[in-house]
Amino acid sequence: MTMLARLPRRLARLHPPSSRSICATVYRRSDALFTHRDTPYNNPKIAFKFDPPNLKRAEEIISHYPPQYKKAAVIPLLDLGQRQNKGWTSISVMNYVAELLELPPMRVYEVATFYTMFNREPIGTNFVQVCTTTPCMLRGSTEILNTTCSHLGGLKPGETTKDGMFTVIEVECQGACSNAPMMAINDDFYEDLTPETTKALLDAFAKGEKPKPGPQSGRKTSENSAGLTALTSKPYGPGEFCQPEFQ
Amino acid sequence: MLRIVAASRPSSVPLLAVASARSSLLSVPASHSSPPDRRNIASTSARQADITLTVDGREVTVPQGSALIQACEAAGSPVPRFCYHDRLAIAGNCRMCLVEVARSPKPVASCAAPAMQGATVFTNTPLVHEAREGVMEFLLANHPLDCPICDQGGECDLQDQSIRYGSDRTRFHEIAGKRAVSNKDLGPLVKTSMNRCIQCTRCVRFANEVAGVEELGTTGRGNDLQIGMYVEKMMDSELSGNVIDLCPVGALTSKPYAFHARPWELKTTESIDVLDALGSNIRVDSRGVQVMRVQPRTNDDVNEEWISDKTRYAYDGLRFQRLTTPLVKGPDNRFVAASWPDALAAIATGLARTGAKGNEIKAVAGHLADTEALVVLKDLVNRLGSDNLASDLAGKRGDSPPVHGIDVRSNYSFNSTIAGVENADAILLVGTNPRHEAAVLNSRIRKSWLHTELVVGMVGERADTTYGYEHLGEDAKALEAFLTGRVKGDFAERWAKAERPMIVVGSAMVEHADSEAVFGMLARYVAVSGNRIVREDWNGFNVLQRVASRPALYEIGFVPSRAAASIKPKFIYLLNADEVDPSSIPSDAFVVYQGHHGDRGAALADVCLPGAAYTEKGSTWVNTEGRSQLARAAVPPPGAAREDWKIVRALAEVLGTDLPYDDLVGVRDRMWAISPSLVRWEGLEGTSLEVAKAGLQSLSAIGKNKPSGAKMGLAVSNFYQTDVVSRASVTMAQCTRAFVTREKDGLNGLGKAPLQAHA
Repeated sequence: MTMLARLPRRLARLHPPSSRSICATVYRRSDALFTHRDTPYNNPKIAFKFDPPNLKRAEEIISHYPPQYKKAAVIPLLDLGQRQNKGWTSISVMNYVAELLELPPMRVYEVATFYTMFNREPIGTNFVQVCTTTPCMLRGSTEILNTTCSHLGGLKPGETTKDGMFTVIEVECQGACSNAPMMAINDDFYEDLTPETTKALLDAFAKGEKPKPGPQSGRKTSENSAGLTALTSKPYGPGEFCQPEFQ
Repeated sequence: MLRIVAASRPSSVPLLAVASARSSLLSVPASHSSPPDRRNIASTSARQADITLTVDGREVTVPQGSALIQACEAAGSPVPRFCYHDRLAIAGNCRMCLVEVARSPKPVASCAAPAMQGATVFTNTPLVHEAREGVMEFLLANHPLDCPICDQGGECDLQDQSIRYGSDRTRFHEIAGKRAVSNKDLGPLVKTSMNRCIQCTRCVRFANEVAGVEELGTTGRGNDLQIGMYVEKMMDSELSGNVIDLCPVGALTSKPYAFHARPWELKTTESIDVLDALGSNIRVDSRGVQVMRVQPRTNDDVNEEWISDKTRYAYDGLRFQRLTTPLVKGPDNRFVAASWPDALAAIATGLARTGAKGNEIKAVAGHLADTEALVVLKDLVNRLGSDNLASDLAGKRGDSPPVHGIDVRSNYSFNSTIAGVENADAILLVGTNPRHEAAVLNSRIRKSWLHTELVVGMVGERADTTYGYEHLGEDAKALEAFLTGRVKGDFAERWAKAERPMIVVGSAMVEHADSEAVFGMLARYVAVSGNRIVREDWNGFNVLQRVASRPALYEIGFVPSRAAASIKPKFIYLLNADEVDPSSIPSDAFVVYQGHHGDRGAALADVCLPGAAYTEKGSTWVNTEGRSQLARAAVPPPGAAREDWKIVRALAEVLGTDLPYDDLVGVRDRMWAISPSLVRWEGLEGTSLEVAKAGLQSLSAIGKNKPSGAKMGLAVSNFYQTDVVSRASVTMAQCTRAFVTREKDGLNGLGKAPLQAHA
């Protein structure tokens, strides 16, 4: 009896909660699945079609390419479809683009899986992409990312808030290093972030507002934040200092 | 959905534009060229200038445009490779074929680099060794070490090359482990183990270029790149098995063959496939008395290096439903096993009892009858005084002489030759779907359609052919309308201008109600068009046979005389005849079945004689071009089964008929006497222009009545089960379920869009 009573505790000691699995190496998962699995929200039966304005845009885009190279329009059309489909590219969007461009669907799947900016899973209303590449990281992007995640209720990068308002992901360089750290929310860049401005931005978006994009530090662009050291005088206007006949 | 295909064709300029561009191009030589019936001085295609370069100190001359890897090969310096394959487009992504080129700062991928005049190439320098070792190290970084349980073991390029070019130890101790990729379900034929994939994309290129399965591709990028279809789908192609041969590693292996044998246990026999009329060259791998697998052999004139899935996988049908001992029907109508002497005596008694005389003795040749047996059976039946030599064509058409006659071989052969398909610039398919009647030939049409301005028109039931075509109608009336120029359209326009137009008449047309009308109107059309379709350097009138035995059947004259056709037979000898119409057999007739499977023919018989299947006998087969090829015995026939010609020869002895040969050499001498081309194996003797024209002349006299307008149906409704071997095969049954009846379909809730894909 006493032995039996002790058994669970011994077992617990033998198998601590952080026991190693059979596989000795750590799994390395890729951040996305590169095969499609039908789900209730993403399957080929869900119809997708461009609405009339987008169809007009699509026709315009297709007309930019020679008719035999219609397939060149696949990326802009996928983007158009993604915008219409609440920011993500479902299998129906891909199939529709394939149909529109007269391509085997696989050619579209190849493109959509290759480019990371095509979201193949649904995203929140606001898509927050925090840059964590070296220049941003040196300027404190880790803090920005942590602030973002904790401010949105303890998300992990790649997750969406329960109310569906925000999806946060880490991204590679967005090309705004001079205003690091930065993040892109939907189509706009918000730069020169601090944890405070980040929170303010997220709060504004949560309220449905759209704060002014660009540097959040008072800078206009990427000029020296300590004030100008050159070009401080008034730039001369057209015609100034010219020969009289040109004035 | 023609557009799907049209978009993937590299040069899918609207047809009209192409036509006009082409005609303007053509008009240049036409303006200074000689009379319309001029002969080209060169009968081979134009060859580009040669260039000379030095590989490992050896000078080598190759045609301009060759890849560097080909030049190295020609110089006798082997270059290791994974992604490069000489029948597929160049990808240049495995980097295994790096070589050093003088004055080049980096090693060069020799498959993707053109051979340049005067280049100096080294394939055996420290730089190259290091490069190969580095590439191999990267490839092995994510490759599982499961060679002992991998079916590719022993014939694996990666295994071989890592032994030869790889490092002997790894420096790769990635704590994150190796890449893991989910396996794909490609159907009942191809087994996947995607962890082993090295992303050479050979399978993707094959599927897209050759097989016409445009659903296979690569998803993801970088380390996550994987091969697949993205959605759950099976690889629905009748050439899918070839990706197994192409796969340089064990990622794609054969499902039916999985874990059955190791390559070093197998005995290899070079043979010929008989499950369609192409005569694909195959390699039969056997262990003991069992055929373990069938693989293609390269023959550029016939099958390049592809074979169809039926050819490759129907071999398990050779194990089931076999007749292993002679069977005699007892008084209770049940078969009783008998010895050979008893069975042959029972036939002799049966023949005597029915009192069959002359044409009442009928022989019916089936799909898998080899030429030797046909010759001996014809001799026997002829010596018994009968001309009643029927075959099992559908609709009892084999009971009368075939509509195209047998006097001129070009009337029933594929005269343009299989390789010649690539020269055609317009193809008119009449009542045939080559995809199912000759799958490998179909891939040639697709190749030509992809890379040239070939146009295809079709009269007959719509089918998904893997290339675009213009559908002209479904019956002989539509054909007549097209031939008389009453059909307007892109195809008609291009056809009228075609330099090498090609008419392909399906063998089902011989069995069709309008067969006379079809052959007659085509022959008259060819005659009217002068030397456009049939001329010295081009014979564009083709009959595509789908049954292996038929070309030989017609060649040796195994057809009934008109007198015999109307006689009611009393004694019927079925030689492999399983597709015979049971209603053509009178109930009081004595029926003998000789063949290797207990299928439809055996069920009709009073006596069954067990013959040998195509892997069990050395026999001659004539393909649809008229090319005679020799199949070799890989395994012995099971049980008491014997080679077919020997059975007929023994029966002749019992019947008291003397045949003038006792051994195979004697039989082949007899074949030589009938038609020398039968024993000139591998060779192809074309019909001379005069004879071909005379043959068409004789055809143009028939079928002057109005065609009935009966629809031209598909000759092959289920590609996977067309003969006794494939009907007995479990694998083929699985394929039928997966691809024909689609019992497993609906995973994605999407049925396959029926047939519109290419029409």
